[in-house]
Amino acid sequence: MRLSHRTRNLLRAGVAVTLAFIYVPLIVIGIYAFNGGLTLEWPPPSLTTKWFGEAIDNQGARDAFVTSIEVGLAATAVALLLGTLAALAVSRHRFFGRETISFLVVLPIALPGIVTGIALSDTFTQVLGISLGLFTVVVAHATFCIVIVYNNVAARLRRVSGSFEEASADLGAHTWQTFRYVTLPSMSTALVAGGLLAFALSFDEIIVTTFTLGAGDQTLPIWIFTNLFRPNELPIVNVVAVLVVLISIIPVYLAHRLTREEGPSARGAPVEAEATAIP
Amino acid sequence: MRTKVRGNPARWAWFVVAGLVAFMLAFAGCGGGDDDDSGDEALSEVGKGEGELDLVAWVGYVEDGSTDPKVDWVTDFEKETGCDVNVKIAGTSDEMVDLMRTGEYDGVSASGNASLRLVEGGDVDPVNTDLVPNYKTVFSDLKDQPYNTVDGTNYGIPHGRGANLLMWNTDEVTADTKSWSVILDPNEASKYKGKISVYDDPIYIADAAVYLKAHNPDLGIDNPYELDEDQFNAAVDLLKQQRPNVGEYWSDALKQISSFTEGDSTVGTTWQYSYFALKGDNQPVAVSPKSQGFVPEEGATGWSDTWMISSEAKHPNCMYEWMNHIIDPETNAKVAAWFGEAPAQSKSCDLFKSLPAAYFASPSHCADYHADDPAFWERVYYWITPVADCGDDRGEECKDYNDWVSAWTEIKG
Amino acid sequence: MEAAGVAAEAQRRSVGRRLADLFHGRPWLQRGSLLAGPIGWLVIGYIGSLVVMLIAAFWGVNALSGEVSRTFSLDNFKEIVETPVYRSVTGRTVGIAAAATLTDALLAFPIAFYMAKVASPRMKGVLVVAILMPLWSFYLVKVYAWRTMLSEGGIINWALDPIGLSGPGFGTAAVWLVESYLWLPFMILPIYAGLERIPNSLLSASEDLGAGPGRTFRRVVLPLAFPAVVAGSIFTFSLTLGDFITPSLVSPETQFIGNVVKANITNNLPLASAFAVVPIVVMTIYLLIARRLGAFEHL
Repeated sequence: MRLSHRTRNLLRAGVAVTLAFIYVPLIVIGIYAFNGGLTLEWPPPSLTTKWFGEAIDNQGARDAFVTSIEVGLAATAVALLLGTLAALAVSRHRFFGRETISFLVVLPIALPGIVTGIALSDTFTQVLGISLGLFTVVVAHATFCIVIVYNNVAARLRRVSGSFEEASADLGAHTWQTFRYVTLPSMSTALVAGGLLAFALSFDEIIVTTFTLGAGDQTLPIWIFTNLFRPNELPIVNVVAVLVVLISIIPVYLAHRLTREEGPSARGAPVEAEATAIP
Repeated sequence: MRTKVRGNPARWAWFVVAGLVAFMLAFAGCGGGDDDDSGDEALSEVGKGEGELDLVAWVGYVEDGSTDPKVDWVTDFEKETGCDVNVKIAGTSDEMVDLMRTGEYDGVSASGNASLRLVEGGDVDPVNTDLVPNYKTVFSDLKDQPYNTVDGTNYGIPHGRGANLLMWNTDEVTADTKSWSVILDPNEASKYKGKISVYDDPIYIADAAVYLKAHNPDLGIDNPYELDEDQFNAAVDLLKQQRPNVGEYWSDALKQISSFTEGDSTVGTTWQYSYFALKGDNQPVAVSPKSQGFVPEEGATGWSDTWMISSEAKHPNCMYEWMNHIIDPETNAKVAAWFGEAPAQSKSCDLFKSLPAAYFASPSHCADYHADDPAFWERVYYWITPVADCGDDRGEECKDYNDWVSAWTEIKG
Repeated sequence: MEAAGVAAEAQRRSVGRRLADLFHGRPWLQRGSLLAGPIGWLVIGYIGSLVVMLIAAFWGVNALSGEVSRTFSLDNFKEIVETPVYRSVTGRTVGIAAAATLTDALLAFPIAFYMAKVASPRMKGVLVVAILMPLWSFYLVKVYAWRTMLSEGGIINWALDPIGLSGPGFGTAAVWLVESYLWLPFMILPIYAGLERIPNSLLSASEDLGAGPGRTFRRVVLPLAFPAVVAGSIFTFSLTLGDFITPSLVSPETQFIGNVVKANITNNLPLASAFAVVPIVVMTIYLLIARRLGAFEHL
């Protein structure tokens, strides 16, 4: 598309404004991670790096971090399983109620967290009589993470034609072999990308977690919530936030590379097909 | 792969699922909710500590050195009894009730507007005061009160009491602050539009009732928690008029401290803990003077807190040890000095002069806070849950807590 | 040894093969076993939980003990409908959710378009990473950062003071601002993906037929990108609709749907459940409309 110079520059300006909007608060957090004073006035009175040391030493933060990782991994595993199963069913079969699946799957993430939180917590404690703890949190997280995996895998399966599987069957492979040698490899990067996104969602989740976590455990967001207003702990919160963002560059970059992996060739063919399908 | 139209098994599968959901519906209808016997027995003797104690408490009640390393009455307890203390700070009585209902905590420092609800709901057990030696020397006007004793059965150990404070930023508020009118009179309050900080709990309606008791005697308000239709509506209307001027409804004391520090709030209701924290940070704040008993002209709402033991306590022995510890003379003195309240323990009064500097205790603490002055507390109306029974010749006319909660939602708008 | 290995291999293969044979030619079994897990989890587990919560909406509660009394009544729903405050809270929440969605759509489009159609492949990669990164910084920390920025002594007032202006401070406007900020990446990515799928040949064809860039944009790009915008809006709208933490941090005197629900959970669970029906209904309608507009292909 040929754009005039002026339009191009306007576009660039728009991009800059949006990026500035996104990053200014993050930079503010970054600066406060070095805050020398205990109040939050601007500009901060002095700068210090001592909070980084204190953050690493902080037992509460470390325990919460580990708990968050554990919950995230477990929830992602369940979401990967269930999301893939659902995506396979929807993409490769036709059945009564097929259209409802995508609606059903998106519901836990589309409904407000407080609704999901109360509903699940009530069911756990009143109907099932289980007390709240890590298990209940994992169940809750897995529920709204399913859609992430489902979307990624379903989108991939839509792009990769089912004819490969039929060919594999024609060549004599039975169901498992087809799945293992043909379907799974074609989905693998979608699985990783979906898994990473699901993990990120679980790692940051606060509202549903508040309702489904037991008294003795803390995930990192819960720990942050408890310490947000404590003058002695707030700088540590900022440091933790900065550290997490920095560490996260790796999985984000990975996820991006993996979803791009199809490259222009794979993208070209199905997209052209779609183009002709548009009325 | 095409489906074979053959009585379509998929459809059957959906019916099975729907049936299971219906089953769950019915199950939810009958089952669920454990019915705890509210006539549970109190402990008959204190055994060996269980090694852990999970408490729900107000901010500043259970200090273990994490706020200020020199302010600590938990570590010595842990060493003596071997009970490791975990505390969950709650901002409102509602939060406390919520937490106690989960059954995951051993005890709570409940104010009057939580204690009766916990008793009624079977969430707490009676307390055998014979097992708490320090109870004998607690001030007598704290024993056997309506908020901690039901039908002659004792449900807790008094912790201390205090009034809710009117606090203002001395740089910003120059008007007369002897009275609550600075935040409740619409004309005066509008001067601080957007900077008023009010406690976020339906119980605050009682504060409006206290104000009206003094300024609108025609309404005939006597007990600010026993309000009939007219009195209640007047109080609610007053608060609806206050609403446009309010900048913050606070439930987290630390959040309010931050608001005052940053200048987002300049006047409002608060607790002693927050006031002292701000003063300690050299913020320009003030409360009603000692000469007024730290209380504005009209009087104030307040609280008298009670340590209660959960009916599902996993560590009852540790809880009893804690209840005895918190009212031993030295600990109760530390607690009262640090938070800024009147101690429950009469023997604490002699110990304020010898507390470490970190507690900022004044030798005349008991006198300043009217610890031994029952007449003073007649102007301070302890939090208590409103019930329909007015307790006088009006009968069942008064508004109950559900009404207060609904009204509070309407007031905030 | 080799014979034993071959025999073991044959044994193993036969189990797998036997199962595979079971599935072969029985598509309903394949479908069933694929769906059993997810459907069981979602329908029985999740929908079932919602139903359990909704049943409570028809019950009453003991004012003192907070115990739910299982007597069927419509009182809670009557209160929600008749008392004006619930309507105003709903209106406020839906209004802010819509405002934030609109703001995000406007902010997201330029950058998404740039990334999809104008940027070099390397720039594209950089921008995608740049947009995904903020998702990894905690929601709470971001909201708190805004709280400090908006407060009296914060950076916004500090920056505007020389010009004689002051920032919005805490309040409903602040909630709109922060919600727009928080969910912006969720809007950018689907629009970017949607725009990428528009083949450049289509745009060239439009030009060849004589349309200028403006007309091409309006008549070709926008309609094709619209489902993607709706997809992104699902997230921005729903995440704002239920949020109670952001309002409590940057607008501590305003109530949103989430705040009212949360305030009532302890004392009056039936009333809280009844009010929780409102966002459920709103979102369900929203999702149905979004699906009709084709957004589900773009999630």
